[in-house]
Amino acid sequence: MKEQLEAIKIKVVKNLHNIADLKALDEVRVNILGKKGELTSILKGMKDVAPEDRPTIGALVNEVRTDIEAAIENAKNNLASKVREQQLKEEVIDVTMPSNKKTLGHRHPMHIVLEDLKNIFIGMGYQIAKGPEIEEDYYNFKALNIPEDHPARDEQDTFYIDKNFVLRTSTSPTQVHVMEHQKPPIRVIAPGRVYRSDEVDATHSPMFHQVEGLVIDEHITMADLKGALAEFVKELYGDDAKVRFRPHYFPFTEPSAEVDVSCFKCGGTGCNICKGSGWIEILGCGMVHPKVLEMSGIDPTKYSGFAFGMGLERITMLRYGIEDLRLFYENDIRFLKQF
Amino acid sequence: MNVSMNWLREYVKIDCDVQTFAEKMTMSGSNVDSVVKKGENITDVVVGRVLEIVKHPDADKLVVTQVDVGDKTIQIVTGADNMKVGDLVPVALPGANLAEGLKIKEGKLRGVASNGMMCSVEELGLDPDHFPDAPEHGIYIIKGEYPLGSDAKPIFGLDDAIVEFEITSNRPDCFSLLGIAREAAATVDTEFHYPEIGYNEVAGDINQHASVEVIATDLCPRFVAKVLVDVDIKPSPKWMQDRLRSVGIRPINNLVDITNFVMVEMGQPMHAYDLEELTHGKIIVRRAKDQEKMMTLDGEERELDETMLVIAGEKEVIGVAGVMGGEGSKVKDHTGMILLEAANFDPASIRKTSKKIGLRTDASTKFEKHLDPNTALIAIERACQLAEMIGAGHVMAGTIDVNNSNRKPNKVAYNVGNINKLLGTNISEEEMVSYFKRLEFVVDEDQKEILAPTFRADIECEADLAEEVARLYGYDRLPTTLATGTPTVGKRSFTQRMEDLARQIMEDCSLNEAMTYSFESPKVYDKLKLAPDSLLRVAVKIDNPLGEDFSVMRTSTVNGMLQALSNNYAKRNEKVGLYEIGTIYEPKAIPLKELPKESQKLTIGMYGDCDFFKLKGILETLFEAFNCLDLAKWDPNIELSYLHPGRKAKVMLNNKEIGYIGEVHPDVLDAYDIHDKAYIAVIDMEDLIGEATLDHKYTPVPRYPAVNRDVAMLVKEEILVGDIEEVIRRCSGKILEKLELFDVYKGKQIEVGYKSVAYALSFRAADHTLQEKEISKTMEKILKGLENELGATLRK
Repeated sequence: MKEQLEAIKIKVVKNLHNIADLKALDEVRVNILGKKGELTSILKGMKDVAPEDRPTIGALVNEVRTDIEAAIENAKNNLASKVREQQLKEEVIDVTMPSNKKTLGHRHPMHIVLEDLKNIFIGMGYQIAKGPEIEEDYYNFKALNIPEDHPARDEQDTFYIDKNFVLRTSTSPTQVHVMEHQKPPIRVIAPGRVYRSDEVDATHSPMFHQVEGLVIDEHITMADLKGALAEFVKELYGDDAKVRFRPHYFPFTEPSAEVDVSCFKCGGTGCNICKGSGWIEILGCGMVHPKVLEMSGIDPTKYSGFAFGMGLERITMLRYGIEDLRLFYENDIRFLKQF
Repeated sequence: MNVSMNWLREYVKIDCDVQTFAEKMTMSGSNVDSVVKKGENITDVVVGRVLEIVKHPDADKLVVTQVDVGDKTIQIVTGADNMKVGDLVPVALPGANLAEGLKIKEGKLRGVASNGMMCSVEELGLDPDHFPDAPEHGIYIIKGEYPLGSDAKPIFGLDDAIVEFEITSNRPDCFSLLGIAREAAATVDTEFHYPEIGYNEVAGDINQHASVEVIATDLCPRFVAKVLVDVDIKPSPKWMQDRLRSVGIRPINNLVDITNFVMVEMGQPMHAYDLEELTHGKIIVRRAKDQEKMMTLDGEERELDETMLVIAGEKEVIGVAGVMGGEGSKVKDHTGMILLEAANFDPASIRKTSKKIGLRTDASTKFEKHLDPNTALIAIERACQLAEMIGAGHVMAGTIDVNNSNRKPNKVAYNVGNINKLLGTNISEEEMVSYFKRLEFVVDEDQKEILAPTFRADIECEADLAEEVARLYGYDRLPTTLATGTPTVGKRSFTQRMEDLARQIMEDCSLNEAMTYSFESPKVYDKLKLAPDSLLRVAVKIDNPLGEDFSVMRTSTVNGMLQALSNNYAKRNEKVGLYEIGTIYEPKAIPLKELPKESQKLTIGMYGDCDFFKLKGILETLFEAFNCLDLAKWDPNIELSYLHPGRKAKVMLNNKEIGYIGEVHPDVLDAYDIHDKAYIAVIDMEDLIGEATLDHKYTPVPRYPAVNRDVAMLVKEEILVGDIEEVIRRCSGKILEKLELFDVYKGKQIEVGYKSVAYALSFRAADHTLQEKEISKTMEKILKGLENELGATLRK
């Protein structure tokens, strides 16, 4: 009987070697361990075994059964990993095939730049204000200290609705609205559309965008104006950018200045972008004129402040090297998708 | 304002080179637009004398000349024939560079050696119109005596530099050479010399020969006149011609040249009348009569109106004041007696007149800028001096000066502390006072006030003085500080955050951001098939538009979007999706009594590889991001002329109409030349944001299992699935977790006029496992509701 058991064990191990699939494995199991299996049959012969040998044989049978079960389990695992291995082999893909990437839309380049400007000024404690584009004559001119016969009031520049209403010619009227509605301290920027009677060409448009800035508080100085804008330029154009403030004239600021930044193409040596001067004008600014403060209901003996304004088209064109402003309003997706 | 450095140096000492000078002027407020060094590229041109001219042995049209160029005599072969032996000529030596890159080399012409070239003004890069004495073809013959071999460039002003200044409108005084000279002196802190004015008057009395009556005193604050007798019209001397040429003015004759000279130097336009043509020598300054006509100097007949100021004789108009004189009183070659005018006119009136009659002249552009009336007298005296100096005539005794001007020096107090406080500086009083004095302000150091000269009417208050101090101290020397004061929080408002979020979602949905014009043509109303009484036709009109295409402020963003799609379609761009957050302008009444309502609209437009539901999906994505998707409803009952009648919907949020969506009507697509289906949606941003929130409420994740049921029903074709869903939701109460339409079928086995609609429903309770009984009861309620409200029958 002992020999029989050993023979079964050897046979099983041998059979398991050639097993190809789970079905064949199951057959082996049934043939050996099933109700009519070989090992079961041997067990049935236990009654013929001498009683004194029974414990030994019994132990042996159990041992053989355990071994066979383990061998079958082992074979099953081997088989499973072979199947998995095969499956993985069959599942090889060409990773260079195209994906189903989602197509992202693109933001208008002027709004990318505006977003940057907003973030810079928000970081400096500014809020964002808004004013009407169709504006009362008073806010567009008189409240900004632009007298009746000033050239800026000439029809050539301003779109009139009638004698009381105009399309605002700059975002500066928003300064007045803000001052009328808010008590100092004031720190705002006000981006928006503005209108001037210029025929459409590569550098002009009857509609364009400005970003206005206004700071009003006690003890605001022109040195603070320089500081704020120097900081802004550094954020926008990098630490290497140099800034130059030079005197200029605006009716609603005094003293007034224009701000140049060192040409980022040539670095200041002179090129076609900066017209050989090494400098590029990017904004106008100044200390809010005491008359403007007064007309807006702010006491000029107590408060002072500065204002600045820049053209968004110009700054965007400079940033990306766009040479024709008309591209901004044609909405050709071959243009828009580049940003 | 173009300034010749050579001319400028007559009044002010400038030691530095022109670039440094330009830099300094820019930094003190006179921004330099450009510096042109004349003759910069012209070299090796010297004065030579023609010694001999003989015929070329082998060419009829050429001559061989010997020219003395100082240290040697060179042989030059030329085709020119206007020079004579003994003439002085500009000679380009071998190696010379001339205009337009021309280089001179030794060579042979028809076998004869030629070692240089005699030059015309064109070859020196000059405008022959500026040299009345230059022959039309040929070599320029130099008048006067110059050392042979000396540099010829100064003779032609080619050693000069022209600086172009950008003059701001507050500084009309700088539209003159003297004004710039004054600024230059203040900037580089050096001396400045006014020209010394003096002349002799000859016997006679101006009042016997001429009179001036100013009727329109409001438009003519000052009118000064002098009379010149023994007038001799001839070319002006070279020095005066050179000055005019240097700033781009063509010399004409001595009298015209004098008035131009004074206009450049002093900034005061002048005019000369033939006194013999004026009846009784009388000049009247008045408003024109309506439809009054006159012939201006340019030979054009002009029709005037009563807003225009004119200079008139007793009978007729002889000039449009400050713009252009008349043909009738023009100075002729034989005129013996002339009346010189130096006047001051109202700038706004000049600007309007010049625009109305379509004539902008040097004079009108100057008068538009608030000239100082006090310059008129100085200028006319300068003109008299020049007339005497160059032999253009004698000055008759007496001056007519009708002065209604009230221009006085402005008195402005200064407080050193205030100025320093505004600038953030610590500049001493002594230094400030020195700046004021440099600017010719009269300083009263006891009273702490200044008197600004009358040509500085821009100095009105302390802030103006602060700017003068700052610009002469140097803006670049002002400290740079970061504002202290009360701190403020920088932030975006909720609306601004939501607008940014909307942009982000649009781009996530693969739409590109567009920007379209705020104005449009009223023709678009017909393109959009708007009804004649459509409110969208009530728009704000621009009184002075650039043209019809820019003449009304848009009341809808649809045209802009369709135009953008059309532009792309015309460029054969496939699959185009655009969005814009833009403003529309809705007047409450026309004409405007108050500001129109400006509202922000989100507009989406797309064509190519898209349909209604793709666009609807984009809006639903947006609503999900705005946390208001549950509130959205789509209602096909909306009348919009530019949408497909069967593919359009009102977009409802919380039962409020916030916009619409639809396929563009094929007629409208035709009008925009888009030959593909296109879809648009317009959403009001304010309404949308009103329903949006960025707050999130937490509820525990479900702990009990869901139960799923499918339901299929037959309904009439026209029943909207939206209505079915509403009934299902309403009837199932809180336990309905999800509802998903999985089939809509028409056709075989379904009665005509009906459709089969099938939903997968999912139920779940938050606090217990749902029992079969509860589900059946709910299902029953749903079916009953569908049957009662929509006539649905269950499909088995």
